Amino acid sequence: MLSKRIIPCLDVREGKTTKGIKFKDNSDIGDPVEMARFYYEAGADEIVFYDITASHEKRNIMIDMVKRVAENIFIPFSVGGGIRSVEDMRTVLLAGAEKVSINSAAVENPGLISKGAEAFGNQCIVLGMDVKHVGKSSQIPSGYEIVINGGRKYMGIDALQWAIEAQNLGAGEICLNSIDADGTKQGYELNLTRLISKNVNIPVIASGGAGEPLHLADVLTTGYADAALIASMVHYGTYTIPDLKVYLDSQGIKVRKNW
Amino acid sequence: MARAVSYLGFQHIITNDIKKISEADRIIFPGVGAAGSAMDSLKHLGLDSAIKDFCATGKPVLGICLGTQIIMSHSEENYTRCLGIIDGHVRAFPDDIKSKDETRLKIPHMGWNSIKIKKRHPVLSGIREHDEFYFVHGFYPDPVNSLNVLGSTNYGISFASIIGTRNIIATQFHPEKSGRPGLSLLKNFCTWEPC
Repeated sequence: MLSKRIIPCLDVREGKTTKGIKFKDNSDIGDPVEMARFYYEAGADEIVFYDITASHEKRNIMIDMVKRVAENIFIPFSVGGGIRSVEDMRTVLLAGAEKVSINSAAVENPGLISKGAEAFGNQCIVLGMDVKHVGKSSQIPSGYEIVINGGRKYMGIDALQWAIEAQNLGAGEICLNSIDADGTKQGYELNLTRLISKNVNIPVIASGGAGEPLHLADVLTTGYADAALIASMVHYGTYTIPDLKVYLDSQGIKVRKNW
Repeated sequence: MARAVSYLGFQHIITNDIKKISEADRIIFPGVGAAGSAMDSLKHLGLDSAIKDFCATGKPVLGICLGTQIIMSHSEENYTRCLGIIDGHVRAFPDDIKSKDETRLKIPHMGWNSIKIKKRHPVLSGIREHDEFYFVHGFYPDPVNSLNVLGSTNYGISFASIIGTRNIIATQFHPEKSGRPGLSLLKNFCTWEPC
C-alpha cells in the first residue's frame, strides 16, 4: 500500500531560504540546494519549494536553483509561488521540478489549471489552497472560504466547491493550508482536511499547524490526509524526519522507512 | 531521468533520431502522458519501429512508466494499440478500488509503494524487500505470461510493477525519482549485459 508522505517545505527568496536548518549545536544550513540534499538524505518523501521572491525580474535565480536541486536530489519536488502562466510552469518543469503549485493565479484564472494539466499532465499540477474558517452561510456552505494574498483577501469562494472544481479542471493534487492553524504549532485543521480529502479523489497534502509528531499522526489518520507538510518543526532541529517516521510507524501509520 | 544518469556518471543523449537510437549501446524509454497521443507521436516520428528493431538486437532496454505501458500490446487508455514487445494489456485501476480496511483508494496511484520481487534479475540486484519506489499512474501493465512479471505492487489489487523479457526490463514506477533504490536500479541497468 501507499506510504503516507512527509514533505518539508522550504521558503525561498531570491535563491536563498528564509529560514535555515538549525542544528542542536547551533550550526546551520541556509542554501536551499544543501537543505534539499539534507532532507533528501534524511528520508523526506518529497520537497516543496515556495518562492516568495517579490520581483519578477529575479525569477531566473529561482530557476537556476531548481536546476541545481534537480541535479542533486532524486525524489519528487514541487515549486510554487509566482507561477502565473503555462510558460512559467514549463520553465519550472523543464528545470527539473516534478510538479508546480498554483494558488491565487488559479483562483483568479481557473483555466490555468486545465491548460497546465493539458500541457503537462494532471500529476504535474498541484492546487495550493489557503483557507479560513468563516462559518456556514449560503455563499459558503462548507463554512470554509478561499483567501489569497497570505490570508488578507477573502474571495467569497467555498473551499470545498473550489477543491472539487479544481479536481474537475485537472488538478492532480491539493496542498491544503489552513490560515487559522498556520504558525500556531497547535496541530493541523483536522475538520477542514477531512472535509476536503473525503470529497475529492486526488491526494491532499495537509499544511499549517504542525508542531508535534502527534499532529502528523492525527492528520494522516482522522484527517484523512495523504501527506503532511512540515516546516519549523524540522527546520529548527526540534525533530528530525527519521524521528517522525519512527514515531508514525509505531502508531501503525505506513511510512517509507528505507531510503 | 537524464540528470539521474549523469549523476551516476554514465554518458547519454536525449534523442528522437532513429539513426542515433540504432547506434546506442542501450536505451531508456521513459514517458509521461497518455498512451494514445504517445503512440501517435512515436508513429509520426517512425520511432515505433526504431524501438522494436532495437529490442530485437538484444541490447538492453529500460522502459519507465508510460514507456513500460507502450511496450505492451494494447492499452485501455484511449483504446490504443501499442508496440506489442511484451504480450498483454494495460488496464485502468477500477474506480471503486478499496484497501483491505475498505478505505476508498484515490486514483491515480501516486506516491511511494513497495515491490514484491517475483523473479531475480541483475537489474534488481541490491533492491531489498521493503524498498519503496515513486509511482504516478492510473493504468497498469498486465502481461499475459506471468513469467514476464518480475515484481508486483499492491494498491487495492496486485499489479505488475516490474516486467521484463530477455534484454528488456520495464518499471511502472520512476526509478529516477525513487532515491537510493531507484538510483541503484538505474546504475544496474547502465552496466547490465543481457546474455
